[in-house]
Amino acid sequence: MIRLRQLAVCYWLQLKILLFSPFEGFLAVVFPLMFATAAMLVYEVGGDPEAILYAAIGAAAMGIWTSQTVSASTLVQRERWAGTLELVVAAPTRFSLVLLPITFAMATIGLYSVVATILWNWWLFDVRLQVENWPLFVLSILMATVTIALFGFLLSVTAVRYRTSWALGAALEYPGWLLCGFVVPLDLLPAAVLPLSWILAPTWAVEGMRASAAGESPWLDLAICGLVGLGYAALAAYLGVRLIDSARRDATLALT
Amino acid sequence: MVSLRIFFIGGLMSYRAMFGWMNPWIFVPALLVSPICQILLFAFIGRSAGVGDDEFYVIGNALNYAAIPCLFAMASTIAGERFSQTLGLVIATPARRVPLFLGRALPVIANGWGVAMFGVVVGSLLLDTDIPTSAWPLIALVVAVGSLSSTGLGLVMGAINLVYREGATLGNVLFLVLLIFTGTNVALDDLPGWMAAVGRCLPLTHAIEATRMLGDGATWGAVRGLVATELLIGLAYVVVGLSSIRVLERLSRSGATLDRI
Repeated sequence: MIRLRQLAVCYWLQLKILLFSPFEGFLAVVFPLMFATAAMLVYEVGGDPEAILYAAIGAAAMGIWTSQTVSASTLVQRERWAGTLELVVAAPTRFSLVLLPITFAMATIGLYSVVATILWNWWLFDVRLQVENWPLFVLSILMATVTIALFGFLLSVTAVRYRTSWALGAALEYPGWLLCGFVVPLDLLPAAVLPLSWILAPTWAVEGMRASAAGESPWLDLAICGLVGLGYAALAAYLGVRLIDSARRDATLALT
Repeated sequence: MVSLRIFFIGGLMSYRAMFGWMNPWIFVPALLVSPICQILLFAFIGRSAGVGDDEFYVIGNALNYAAIPCLFAMASTIAGERFSQTLGLVIATPARRVPLFLGRALPVIANGWGVAMFGVVVGSLLLDTDIPTSAWPLIALVVAVGSLSSTGLGLVMGAINLVYREGATLGNVLFLVLLIFTGTNVALDDLPGWMAAVGRCLPLTHAIEATRMLGDGATWGAVRGLVATELLIGLAYVVVGLSSIRVLERLSRSGATLDRI
């Protein structure tokens, strides 16, 4: 019960902080929205309605990825700057259980971005999503949200000793949009980079979204997505303990 | 003589102290990896949509990315001073404002030029585009003019930062405006009329168009007008930026908001 309360309080507190932040709230929605707009403008010039719909489905989920890459990679750094990192690490609650709800709060911003992008594309490009199976489509979006949050969890843990991690997070934004097939079919990418796409959970979630929209079964894609996401969580939990121990041992935790 | 010293030495010192991206752990991912990734993203979007060729996206996005160091570095000269609690000293100094702030702009223009040229060269190599060898010197010149005009917009942004503290958010919003309106990924002729009209008043639009023409084998005579327009737009932004600094400096002093973080 105490654990649930801690998770809920941490999630709600961090969500409020993010919503008030112009950089992590407003920009986390606007940045992917404008990149989705640029992509949609290119597809509009092409004029192929099927390609436009294909791009619109993936573009909707671009914001979930953005909400994690920059914010999650700077999560520990923000605590460090605020002078609260040692308190969080020294607390009796496990460090990973503090980070996890924060990344879910970030993913909630991403979920808001999905809705905003769908409405934006409808209003600006007159693209109405034609979805055969709405419940499974929504489930796929939620799977994307959860697994990207778990990726953010992994990212925040691994970046604990990287003091300029925001640059790493920002650099991950475009490759993620490309490799996960948000707006580009994976068939177009060189075969050498496809294994990278396969180990990114959003790739499978986006495939699931497209399958649901086309009336096909998304279950296999969603199952793989879930497994990859669990892999992120397990790896983050393992690394979390070791990296924090190492930072404490070397007394580098508070170094800005 | 004093103004020249402030222009060159002061500008260089400010750049080294305030431009946080000098750190290779930031410079490499933010200014070398990211532009290449943006180029690849839109080149593949273009291939998927069947619109434009790779060269179109390499040039558009490489030049567009020059805006990142140009906008953010100029904002850093204000925000960084504020964070270091030295903004009041800079503002109180009797030094003339024109060399003080233009000196800070010079290394930024060079930085923006380097980032954009890196994007064009590496993007061209990765995507095997066919830019004639003879075009490269002129492309380098046009990119320099584009960097200057982006820095002009950065100067305006730096002025706004005297009274508005969310410089990073503002910089990103301006970058997005440039991405959509300057013909980076969609030629101006294919944009709605009002968007193309806005684009023609922004930095980079004419530089991107001129660079694409040079990449297609155009001569200097064919792009001279575009380069001159880009230069004029850049200078106009520099003038607006310097004037804004003067006005907003007075406002921030009267409102006692100079050191508020």
